[in-house]
Amino acid sequence: MVPEHPTATAARRAPTLPVTTTVRPPGAPTSSRTPPPRPRHHETALTPGDSARYDARFASRAAGIVSSVMRDLMSLSERPDIISLAGGFPSTESFEREVFDDVIEAVARDHLAAALQYGPTEGLAELRERIVEVMAHEGARARVEDIMVTSGGQQAIDLSIRTFVNPGDTVLAEGPTYPGAVPCFTTYEAAVEHVPMDDDGLRVDLVEASLDRLAAEGRPPKLLYTIPNFHNPGGVTMSLERRERLVRIAHERELLIVEDNPYGQIRFDGDPLPSLWELDDGAGWVIYLSTFSKILAPGVRVGWVAAPAAVLRKMNLGKQAADLASSTLSQRLVVEYLRRYDWRDYVARLNGIYRSRRDAMLRALEEEMPPEAAWTRPQGGLFVWATLPDYLDTTNLLASAVDKHEVAFVPGRGAFLDGRGGNAMRLNFSGVPEPVISEGVRRLGIAVAEMTDLHRALGGLE
Amino acid sequence: MLKGGRSLEREVSLRSGANAEAALRRLGHDVLEVDVDQHLVRVLRAERPDAAFIALHGKGGEDGTVQELLEILEIPYTGPGVLACERAMDKVVAKAHFAAAGVSTPAAYAFSQDAFRELGAGEAIPDIRERLGLPLVVKPAKQGSALGITVAREAGDVPAALMNALAYDDRVLMERFVAGRELAVSVLGTSEPWALPVVEAIPRDSDFYDFEARYTPGLTDFEAPARLDDGLAQEAARVALACYSALGCRGVSRVDMIMDPDGRLWVLETNAIPGMTDTSLLPKAAEAAGLGFDEVVERILADAALGA
Repeated sequence: MVPEHPTATAARRAPTLPVTTTVRPPGAPTSSRTPPPRPRHHETALTPGDSARYDARFASRAAGIVSSVMRDLMSLSERPDIISLAGGFPSTESFEREVFDDVIEAVARDHLAAALQYGPTEGLAELRERIVEVMAHEGARARVEDIMVTSGGQQAIDLSIRTFVNPGDTVLAEGPTYPGAVPCFTTYEAAVEHVPMDDDGLRVDLVEASLDRLAAEGRPPKLLYTIPNFHNPGGVTMSLERRERLVRIAHERELLIVEDNPYGQIRFDGDPLPSLWELDDGAGWVIYLSTFSKILAPGVRVGWVAAPAAVLRKMNLGKQAADLASSTLSQRLVVEYLRRYDWRDYVARLNGIYRSRRDAMLRALEEEMPPEAAWTRPQGGLFVWATLPDYLDTTNLLASAVDKHEVAFVPGRGAFLDGRGGNAMRLNFSGVPEPVISEGVRRLGIAVAEMTDLHRALGGLE
Repeated sequence: MLKGGRSLEREVSLRSGANAEAALRRLGHDVLEVDVDQHLVRVLRAERPDAAFIALHGKGGEDGTVQELLEILEIPYTGPGVLACERAMDKVVAKAHFAAAGVSTPAAYAFSQDAFRELGAGEAIPDIRERLGLPLVVKPAKQGSALGITVAREAGDVPAALMNALAYDDRVLMERFVAGRELAVSVLGTSEPWALPVVEAIPRDSDFYDFEARYTPGLTDFEAPARLDDGLAQEAARVALACYSALGCRGVSRVDMIMDPDGRLWVLETNAIPGMTDTSLLPKAAEAAGLGFDEVVERILADAALGA
């Protein structure tokens, strides 16, 4: 705007600023002044120049963690005007208040002192017994002594990698792999070799090929990390034939398998398939990881590992270093819940919600995405993996999706450690109501179409 | 302290804002942090601050929009005024001003998304390539932090680079690539602007100073002051001041340039709101000048003003 009076354009100096010590704490309401908290020296002590002092001191495992465009763009998905299909959240809003009150009351009444106390590193014995029952429901036989409770499934992954992987060791994982496992791989400086998937899950034939190649290169993998059921982010499930063949390979070629199974019970279609743990039949080549995050609530942060005793002993040491023990309070809450209620009823209710949401997403994708796009049709879990033409870069697409179209997703590159996945994206359906899914996918379709049109306008490019 | 906002550089802005805000508190000022959103005008009306320190980057905060609001509310603000911000934000406009002021800037052609869609501008790419040569830098007209920038090494890379850039802005420019050293000159002041020492950014792995290299500690080495002979350092300062006044900047700005192997300086852009993160160039220049970060923040605040 051009100012109406030329004199108004003269730069006016700011008035002298009052020097006071009033400080507003972050997040405080802006409408009223709050009394100043006592100034804490360290809060304001460091200048950008001071912060540089750490650069030379960071450990190499921390140095591997970089700033990325993707991370900064992803943080924008939290904006209220944006429909985020980027989350990985289970639905928690249908958990009944009465059930929660009842469980909390039982913990407070019968176990308060113990629930507030330290617990054993391997977890509460009663919880480990219940975990054996939960596994049995999926057809995975285990004994109490096979189980160690962890702080969420994430710690189970961390302990698996920490226990086996030295810097530079090779690890096999699906391509794409779980984006949340990527920080574990980079922290322990694993060299990850991705093995592709198709509609039947991990290409087990290519696992064999990788084993041959890596053996010839003198760097056989320490382990294979796999999510056989409703892969995150892949959305596919490993077929029975492949499971059997993979366990056979593990036995013949002495390949250690870390089977991550957070979603096994979140099945809406088809029949459950046996876990790799079950097919291994106690031979000790499979370490099994799971969690209460999807069948109860992620907020309790309770997961577990099932593994042979020799492995558990080492993992126990690792867990002592990490957090000594998982929250006793959370574990007790889970125990009392499992004792009083049939967790399968709640999971059945959740699965009903997820099935409708998945259907809404698949319907919307069918209607809104250009013909060049392809996506998986998961029988369970929380995610769809969509693949766009090679010429589209989904990290850049996220910029325009967020900025212009107000929809967010997880760019595929975050699920690879070798730079692949540039034309893919992960879409979450579990955490978003159906009308929002439809609208979100509609916006996504517009964002994608804009780019495919542009590609045509640029005369097609190879 | 205006920071955050909804631009793609939100996270960078939050880091800049945190550093500047800590400095202001050390200096004894009463700081109100505002993460800029739809309540901005209401908050500013209610709080009536003596000045607004702008640590916003990118669209909205660095392009004159927030500055225009502050003009209406009559709250003096740091950094350049509305028009200078608009000129600096749009690289096409900024380059025209540089050229008019006799400052060298690499030759470039700019097109809107509609030119490709409706006028077949894609068919002119071979001509552009011929005139500007390869590699060719493809960048969004209005975007900071090197977001959406690609160095197209071969003819076949150009269309994909254009698509990348167009994801960040509706207008893109194709610019002649100048190989050389990445120099940045921060300028302070209003009536008598003066240049801080030249800082050189030396990315370790990437082929240019991209987003990762800018914000990941350890991925870029910095020389502050840059190792230049006095004549060249003075020339860099002179060029930076020429750009500063060509755009009508006040308070603070940072001029980014490349020094080619012949010692010639090519200005790429001027940043109206220079980054103040731990890895940013302005704080390094402040240290090199012997001023320190807080002193620079204080001077920027002291220059807060109104008027386009």
